[in-house]
Amino acid sequence: MTVASSSPPSRLPLDGVTEARTKPRTSRAGAREGRGDGRLAAVFVAPAMLGFVVFLLWPTLRGIYLSFTRFNLLTPAEWVGLDNYVRMVHDPIFWDSMKVTVEYVLINIGVQTVSALAIAVLLQRLTQSAVLRGIVLTPYLMSNVVAGIVWLWILDTQLGIGNEIIAGLGLDRVPFLADETWAIPTIALINVWRHVGYTALLLFAGLQAIPNDMYEAAKVDGASEWRMFWRITMPLLRPVLAVVLIMTVIGSFQVFDTVAVATQGGPANATNVLQYYIYGSAFGRFQFGYASAMSVALLVVLSAITFLQYRLTRAGQSDLG
Amino acid sequence: MAAVTASTTRTGIRPVRRRLSPGRIVAWAVMAVIILVTLLPFYWILRTALSTNSALAAHPGDPLPVDLTTGGFERALGLQSTKEAIAQGGAGGGLKFWRYLINSVVVSTLITVCQIFFSAMAAYAFARLRWRGRDKVFGLFLAGLMVPTIFTLLPNFVLIKQLGLVDNLLGIALPTMFMTPFAVFFLRQFFMNVPREVEEAALLDGAGKIRIFFRVMLPMASTPVLTLGVLTYITAWNDYFWPLMVSYSDSSRVLTVALAIFRAQTPQTGYDWSGLMAATLIAALPMLVLFGFFARRIVSSISFTGVK
Repeated sequence: MTVASSSPPSRLPLDGVTEARTKPRTSRAGAREGRGDGRLAAVFVAPAMLGFVVFLLWPTLRGIYLSFTRFNLLTPAEWVGLDNYVRMVHDPIFWDSMKVTVEYVLINIGVQTVSALAIAVLLQRLTQSAVLRGIVLTPYLMSNVVAGIVWLWILDTQLGIGNEIIAGLGLDRVPFLADETWAIPTIALINVWRHVGYTALLLFAGLQAIPNDMYEAAKVDGASEWRMFWRITMPLLRPVLAVVLIMTVIGSFQVFDTVAVATQGGPANATNVLQYYIYGSAFGRFQFGYASAMSVALLVVLSAITFLQYRLTRAGQSDLG
Repeated sequence: MAAVTASTTRTGIRPVRRRLSPGRIVAWAVMAVIILVTLLPFYWILRTALSTNSALAAHPGDPLPVDLTTGGFERALGLQSTKEAIAQGGAGGGLKFWRYLINSVVVSTLITVCQIFFSAMAAYAFARLRWRGRDKVFGLFLAGLMVPTIFTLLPNFVLIKQLGLVDNLLGIALPTMFMTPFAVFFLRQFFMNVPREVEEAALLDGAGKIRIFFRVMLPMASTPVLTLGVLTYITAWNDYFWPLMVSYSDSSRVLTVALAIFRAQTPQTGYDWSGLMAATLIAALPMLVLFGFFARRIVSSISFTGVK
């Protein structure tokens, strides 16, 4: 990005400079000095502030408000109190989609975290090749839509190469995305394929912070790679792993694209994940109020999980002094 | 929070020992399997796109393209007549590929350039300017990180509809055009770590803070800005849910949405796999090329900063 400034250079009093050096980060410093950079800061923050208020803060509040209304987009929202929530609690499809979503998240995050960790450690201990890291990241460049379509083809029961190989091994063909039991694990694994490389690179970056001396010292003491992994890598990677886990779980709960492309919620609601159900309620049945209530439920669930994970994994504390 | 930073100093220090032990051989074998699983689907896309549908049905397991043809690409690009397309197993309704490509480019560019520029400005103000309430406002931005994007989509759709921007490229770009809490947070981290002496030297030379931002800070941040930019571009390019909500017609349709529609137009005879894979490849290619240009810098600058 090349942006040039046309403003003439303006001089600042020297004491402002020393002030900046001695009292760097407290906002009080600016207040004590009087004006500080108030006007300039206002200009610099204004666009981001506008975006924040209009497209993040206001929609969040509005989403919560809409969850207490009946709203079909054409007529003004009508306050109905807790009706949507009462309906949600008694809606078997809602609970079913919650169950499907949780199942998806467990498989997706379980497989992805273990694989990403394995890839990251292999990248760290085996080679420092940037090319390999580039290759690992490639699926991340695809959209979920592309990943969904490609795997739909590879796993096609009759013509897909995946099932050709299975049949070649003398096993029964598996209707991966058309079978109620297989559909969710399959979608979870498709998304692992797309995201595992990025997750691995984040963990790899975390591994880079572990001093190499530790491994060298352990090697001198005759420790095996396996032992070093459990005694050095895992304990020191924990804070990074915890934050990555929180991020990926939040992302995982929002699964929509792959389902929309590969199964449309089927077969028989087997992949009707929460986000897909919410979308259908809003844009298929125009129940924006009810859809908002379910969104709020998801928000609450996500906040609770984040909080719990943060506490359980002590994500904020590092063991690396 | 996951992030990208310019600190890559640690790489390269490590002495790599190239002694082959049984353990290392097993590890390399595992790595080979991982690479294979990662890359084979890409080959399979190409192989399918270059085959005809009838040959695909006859030889599903053949590792090479069967009955080599560019028909799939022609169908995806809408170059074939409807009759021709249907005869080759297509649905007849091609993609207005160039239209969608331009739409995707416009939306992704608008989002990336504006978002990063505005976020950088705000990040600089949070990192280096002194003003009342700075930390409180920044705290508010940080709290925004906690709201899942998906939660804001429905209300944002209502808003975009009220603004009359549904089915408009600007409507697709607008919600992420000004900032994301992550971009602000991440760039602020970078600016905080720029030595103050750099800024002070410029101040002593008589430069104003605006000038310092554009002439000193932004150029110094070129690596993180580039990495953040490419990742933002990829995210915008690959986004499906939001464009699906706000675009209804060709005029604002982006590639991801078009691709999903192309997939849904199943002809009577079964899927047009050849055409679908060709379309998939065309939609993904720009990102592969973009990444190809910057891969080395991006891969070594994906890094990690903890939210405190």
